[in-house]
Amino acid sequence: MEVTVAWYLTLGAVLFTLGAVGLLVRRNPLVMFMCVELMLNAVNLTFVSLGDALGDLSGQVSVFFVLVVAAAEIVVGLGIVVAIMRRRAGATADDLSVLRG
Amino acid sequence: MDAAVFIVCAVMVLSGAFGVLLARNPVHAALFLVQSVFGVAVLFLLLEATFLAAVQVIVYAGAIVILFLFVIMLLGVDRVDDLDVEPIAGQRPLAVVIGAGILGTTLTALLVVVGGPTGAPTANAPLGDAGDNAKRLGEVLFTDHVFAVELTALLLTVAVVGAVVLVRRLRGPLQPLPAEAVASKPESPESTGPDGEAGEVGQGGDA
Repeated sequence: MEVTVAWYLTLGAVLFTLGAVGLLVRRNPLVMFMCVELMLNAVNLTFVSLGDALGDLSGQVSVFFVLVVAAAEIVVGLGIVVAIMRRRAGATADDLSVLRG
Repeated sequence: MDAAVFIVCAVMVLSGAFGVLLARNPVHAALFLVQSVFGVAVLFLLLEATFLAAVQVIVYAGAIVILFLFVIMLLGVDRVDDLDVEPIAGQRPLAVVIGAGILGTTLTALLVVVGGPTGAPTANAPLGDAGDNAKRLGEVLFTDHVFAVELTALLLTVAVVGAVVLVRRLRGPLQPLPAEAVASKPESPESTGPDGEAGEVGQGGDA
């Protein structure tokens, strides 16, 4: 049985959906960040599989930059979570509504 | 053989994603994320993207998830979430509807309407075999995309400086809101309550 690019695209779409639903459902900010990572992984998988199907290296170049941006996003995001948790221990995403002007 | 590897990895990836979604303990969610990321790394190997498979394991499993676990342990937020209560009514059905919409839209657009990858590969970046994948990727990155690579260096520097600024400890107690600014707001009694409470919690954490 041949593994075609459609298999990878389907897996990527399902993984992205799971990450999106988790981001909408969970309220712990750390778990929400993990769901964002799942969505980024799904997009990376799509990039690499399409690059493989087209015989082009540009998909892997895109994934390289996505990895760098994901690392930077996690560093800043976890810094924000630490700053918030220090003021309000056990804060969930709903508690951050106090930030509205 | 390829199909067997793909199916095993797909089960691994999706069960890990469901674990992140459903785990009550954030530590368990982080470990399920490692499982999912490893599955994606093996799929990268199956696609002959050897360099990215290694980077995936090193950066995600080795750096990002460890960072998550550090924050979970340091802040002591590894308490178990109560997933049975639904604080906002109708949130979960709506999330499932939106998820079904995303899945339906992407699958329809990718597989039914377009029917697969289209377009011609670029002439200057042909895909090599697995053996010289890292070499070819490095050549393309540092010739065609060298400006973008330098921008990522700037991005990482800004991220590190921003993280240090965000988490540095302020000396002394948190400053209260200025009196005139509080008085000018219409809902001043409500807005001062959480601020004062937050200040006390912050001092307790510092001590």
